[in-house]
Amino acid sequence: MGFNLQLLFTGIGVGSIYALVALGFALIYRATNVVNFAQGDFAMLGAFAMVVLAIDLELPYWLSILITLVLLVGFGALFNLGVYYPLRNRSFLPVIISTIGASILLENGVLAAYGPRPQSLDSLFAVPGFSIGDVFFDSQYIVILVVTIVMVALQYVFFERTLIGKKMQATSQDKEMASLLGIPVMLTIMITFMYSAMLGGLAGILVAPVLFVTVGMGSSIALKAFAASIIGGFGDVTGAIVGGLALGVIETFGAAYVSVPYKDAFAFLVLFGFLLVRPQGIFGERISEKA
Amino acid sequence: MSASALSGKTPRGAAGRRGLALGLYVAAALAAIAAVLVIPLSAYSLNLLMQAATYAIAVLGLTIVLGYTGQINLAQAAFFGLGAYSVALGTTAFALPFWIALAIGVLIAAGAGAVLGLTSLRLGGHYLAMVTISFQTILTLVLTNWVAFTRGPDGVPNIRRPVLLAESGPYLGLCIAALFAVAWFVWRLKTTKLGRAMQAVRDNELAANVVGVDAYATKVAAFTLSALLGGFGGALFAGGFAYVSPDQFSFAESVVFLTMVLLGGAAAPPGAVLGTGLLILLPEWLRFLKVIYLAVYGGAVILIMVFMPDGIWGYAMTLWHKLRPERPFDPGFIAPLALTRETAREDGSVILSVHGLSKHFGGLKAVDEIDLTICRNTVHALIGPNGSGKTTLLNALNGIVRPTGGIIKLEGVDVTRLPPHRRAGLGLGRTFQNIRLFGAMSVLDNVMVGAEQPHPLPTLPRERGRVNRNTLPRLRGRVGKGAGGLERHALAALDFVGIAARAGARVGSLSYGHQRLVEIARALAGRPKLLFLDEPGAGLNHVEKDELVRLLKRLKGHGLTIFIIDHDMAMVEQVADHITVLNFGKRIADGTPSEVLRHPEVIVAYLGEERPALSRSHGAS
Repeated sequence: MGFNLQLLFTGIGVGSIYALVALGFALIYRATNVVNFAQGDFAMLGAFAMVVLAIDLELPYWLSILITLVLLVGFGALFNLGVYYPLRNRSFLPVIISTIGASILLENGVLAAYGPRPQSLDSLFAVPGFSIGDVFFDSQYIVILVVTIVMVALQYVFFERTLIGKKMQATSQDKEMASLLGIPVMLTIMITFMYSAMLGGLAGILVAPVLFVTVGMGSSIALKAFAASIIGGFGDVTGAIVGGLALGVIETFGAAYVSVPYKDAFAFLVLFGFLLVRPQGIFGERISEKA
Repeated sequence: MSASALSGKTPRGAAGRRGLALGLYVAAALAAIAAVLVIPLSAYSLNLLMQAATYAIAVLGLTIVLGYTGQINLAQAAFFGLGAYSVALGTTAFALPFWIALAIGVLIAAGAGAVLGLTSLRLGGHYLAMVTISFQTILTLVLTNWVAFTRGPDGVPNIRRPVLLAESGPYLGLCIAALFAVAWFVWRLKTTKLGRAMQAVRDNELAANVVGVDAYATKVAAFTLSALLGGFGGALFAGGFAYVSPDQFSFAESVVFLTMVLLGGAAAPPGAVLGTGLLILLPEWLRFLKVIYLAVYGGAVILIMVFMPDGIWGYAMTLWHKLRPERPFDPGFIAPLALTRETAREDGSVILSVHGLSKHFGGLKAVDEIDLTICRNTVHALIGPNGSGKTTLLNALNGIVRPTGGIIKLEGVDVTRLPPHRRAGLGLGRTFQNIRLFGAMSVLDNVMVGAEQPHPLPTLPRERGRVNRNTLPRLRGRVGKGAGGLERHALAALDFVGIAARAGARVGSLSYGHQRLVEIARALAGRPKLLFLDEPGAGLNHVEKDELVRLLKRLKGHGLTIFIIDHDMAMVEQVADHITVLNFGKRIADGTPSEVLRHPEVIVAYLGEERPALSRSHGAS
């Protein structure tokens, strides 16, 4: 029992990382109808920025976090200008391929600059965690969970209650119409990329103490997060959360009871299952093209 | 090889030129094989050429799926790996002859491709990207971790080659022969029924469905073929290098395959071969970049997408077409077209009957309990204010949207649950309010896609769910002699609407009015019994509208039944025998033009209420 509860806690912790990255997917998808395959690399950049700032430059932890987030906001703008903006009027295929190119560029750029050796980052907290009964609650996982919940709440308020949020929704549904209504479409998309890069960076900061910091860490998280968004319902915020948590739990139990080497395969098997039975995901709606 | 000789479109002399092109092509292939047999090559050069030839075969698979069909495949390295491991394990652990192992590898890859395609191609887009990445990841995990079977990360050494081709030179000759054969196949595929269906799906999937292409089956076929070629290339690769390991078939390699086809140009086989050759040689030239090589590579992908979206070959072709302006198309003698499967008869019999048809979007009743009867050989108009549900009704009639309730019968046969392409096969044609043509194809090819559809199949509603063999796109079908007939048929349809002279033009270069006519010709080429026209007059000037009215009358004279939506009352009055009026999803009037246009409720719907006392606040829109 204690073992299973422990697995459940770990699974939810891992799952909330997926959920956080999936949120970034959902945001960009809602604004541009494009899937950003470099979303995970935002997290990787965030983690590496933390290693540079907090370890190499020995800046205070909180200051490093702040600088990292600011850097990623700027990077999101650059990413938009270099990778999305020139292709904005083309179909989704060139954009997808362009973001894949960006992902290769980022990972290998960091690899060339920092080498292949995995880095590690300490947790913000001195206390590693606490136990209730047999179950150990890792403090970093608790932080991840709390931050995810806060970000989700913020994002909900943002989309449903603020004007800029509504503008972003309008932009995603019909760019032409939105621009006719006076919504600055390109600026809205720019803000989306900046925010979602920051969100990715935040995920990187949070997972860095749990995982090793490597150039590949982002893309493996992002693939799971992507699977999570499909399972939850693409572009749906609630779906991203539920899908992410579900995947984390399934994966953790799968690794414990079925097979450790195939841990990474469970997410994809679940995904195949969903695509067969309920392709629109848990919360998604079927969307068909307008004639 | 000369592009113009191979794609020669004029019926006369095309066969002769095609024969000459094939002769030259075979000669080039033989010369290439002879060259690698005669010229003494270093082991290093042999390896490089072997890699280029086998990779190019896999990349040609991507030409089919990405270039022709517009679907992404991020798992080509996985299919390549399936082929490679089949030969590797087949010739070592199972001691099978090379050819048997190769055949097994090709079948396994194609099977995996078919299963993957069947599960994800209904969704397409980023779902497909994700599914292929997932498959790629799972396969890499299996190759690495199932040590007992695949020997894990150490890989499989001592892979055998076929008995007579054990030396590297002759084996390379085999790879080159295979490459030439595959490239020819992929080139020819473009002008077959399946190839045209693929391009139609790429350019406009919805329109493809409506003119009778089973888009889903076409995509599955494309994906399966692509996987098959991936497996074939991989099988030859394993024989060539005598050693395989899991890291050779990782996701990164899939991205390399994708970059190859994009760099060279996905639209035609020469692009695939060009891109593969360049990217295999590039690492040799870019050695000085060392650690940042892959970063430069990723940057190059972005730059290609931004500055050279059609790849090197596509860029060259664009230049070529600029230098050689479009020549007027000389179709020669055009036999008149049998426009419909019907003969002219005004017996008032019913061709389409609709009972209680509804389509609800959430709480919105876009179409609400509509009854409708369309009689043979009439022009039946559907009018109503904006948002009254006209297009939704049309979409339900030809199967684009699934009705919430009600029954649609075509000639007494229930078609309510049939997909659009099956309805096209039964004789429903259609045009769209916002023109939907296959933008990258020629005018003639657009209409040929419409002409290609099989003759009325016996309706078998019981067969729903099963795959009907007759509607599956076939590779054979009407190629060769049959394609000539098809071409003449398409030309006749173009001639009927008066634009046969533009048959050779790219459809995107036509004026708006001409594009509307191409769309009508495309529908006519399918020899419909009943033609749906969704606002054919929209955006036309009055001269073009007069021509349209004449065209509609000529169509009716040939026995066609026409169901038309339009806002232009003057035009509707001129052509319509019968008018149905919709408002707020409901039928508010039905009858002859003179009856309907005087109907009080119709006047209210269009002009608004005169007396406020009676106001039901429908409002004019």
